[in-house]
Amino acid sequence: MKVVVDMDKCQDHGQCAFAAPEVFEINADSGKLVVLTDEPDESLRDKVEEAADVCPVQAITIEG
Amino acid sequence: MAGLRSAEALRKNGFDGELVVVGAEPHMPYNRPPLSKEVLASEVEHGRVAFPLRASMGEVDWRLGAPAVSLDLPGSQVGIADGSSVTYDGLVIATGLRPRRLSLPGPPPGAASGRHVLRTLEDAALLREDLWPGQRVVVLGAGFIGCEVAATARTLGCEVACVAIDAYPMVRPLGDALGAEMQRRHEEQGVTFHLGVGVEECTGDDRVTGVVLTDGQALAADVVVEAISSYCNTEWLESTDLDRTDGLLCDSVLRVTREDGQPVDGVHAVGDLARFPNPLFDDVPRRVEHWNIPTETGKRVGPALASYLRGDGYQPVLDTAWTPMPAFWSDQYDIRLQSYGMPGLADGDGIRVLEGELTGEVAVGYFRGDVLVGVVGLGMLPRINSYRALIGHPLPPDHVTGE
Repeated sequence: MKVVVDMDKCQDHGQCAFAAPEVFEINADSGKLVVLTDEPDESLRDKVEEAADVCPVQAITIEG
Repeated sequence: MAGLRSAEALRKNGFDGELVVVGAEPHMPYNRPPLSKEVLASEVEHGRVAFPLRASMGEVDWRLGAPAVSLDLPGSQVGIADGSSVTYDGLVIATGLRPRRLSLPGPPPGAASGRHVLRTLEDAALLREDLWPGQRVVVLGAGFIGCEVAATARTLGCEVACVAIDAYPMVRPLGDALGAEMQRRHEEQGVTFHLGVGVEECTGDDRVTGVVLTDGQALAADVVVEAISSYCNTEWLESTDLDRTDGLLCDSVLRVTREDGQPVDGVHAVGDLARFPNPLFDDVPRRVEHWNIPTETGKRVGPALASYLRGDGYQPVLDTAWTPMPAFWSDQYDIRLQSYGMPGLADGDGIRVLEGELTGEVAVGYFRGDVLVGVVGLGMLPRINSYRALIGHPLPPDHVTGE
């Protein structure tokens, strides 16, 4: 599974970080999204799908 | 959106039977929040706002462009406006809301007369054609859609007046203090407010030239945007005995409920019109028009209906707690407003600043008793997100996040 974030779309809402904190983090200082791993373990699929679903601007896509 | 999320969740939970999605709009499901912002500000095509489709949605029969018009509950059949019908084993109702139209003397409602509403991509495209520098725009209603339209129109160089019966913009969810502050920020950008008044009539013949308020004041207008409130699209269910008091009454697995209080197996409601209990707050069923609720309700229905259709019944899903956290945001000018929970449930004297300053970046807490029922941030990113986990719990008056 590969996670792709369209950074042109991303507005740092941070909803993905609630859904999949293992993969997405909002930096406490900058407020910007940090993708911790773009190839998360398969066991995180449900969480990553949830993160994609709750993104207000649909910036997250999952490949594979 | 709620229909799409329900279909995805059914597939994810193992339902591999025939899946038909009926939709009134000609488009595949798309995201509505940009309609009052980006889509008004510049030409945006459907593809830019469409939800990406998962591979599991390949085996779905999309029947778009004609709404459902009738439900035969005993016969398990939905009638569609094009004369066709669909028989079902399971049904998910996601017919949503439509904007309320004011019945006013004057030119007929519609884009041709300059009297707009905003719900669909077509509505946004028609309104955009009417917004250019110097246009006099009167927005009726000061809820989130009204305020977002006002901000976008102002940004486009229009002269904007906003009329509402409420004391402050967005007052019902936000309360007086934050509503007043948002009014101040809009006024700073040049929006004029007429609050505590209604609308008596629109003036003009074929094309609107202004509105007359209930206090007698006349406002000139080239464009009127009606953003007063919404109606639930439940008229097509009129021949059923479903409880249609304010949307569709649902239980905790979102089964619709008959007027006698009995849930209907195999028939669910999702999205804006589902009125459901949320134990995060209490046992009162409520409709929640927040952005994430179509997703949350769809994801609840998926496993529940899949279990029922498998013959395993509802009990396995009824036994799991469901406490969706309502969330929405609003962008007005360069202000990001972020909300979690249900701020509108707060006691009259239960609203207080948690950190920051009302005139700058601020996090406001909404309390019922000592329980935090909602938070709203203006700016305050990303700290506002740290309050989300505290909602539904008592919060000591001296609480500081991160401690």
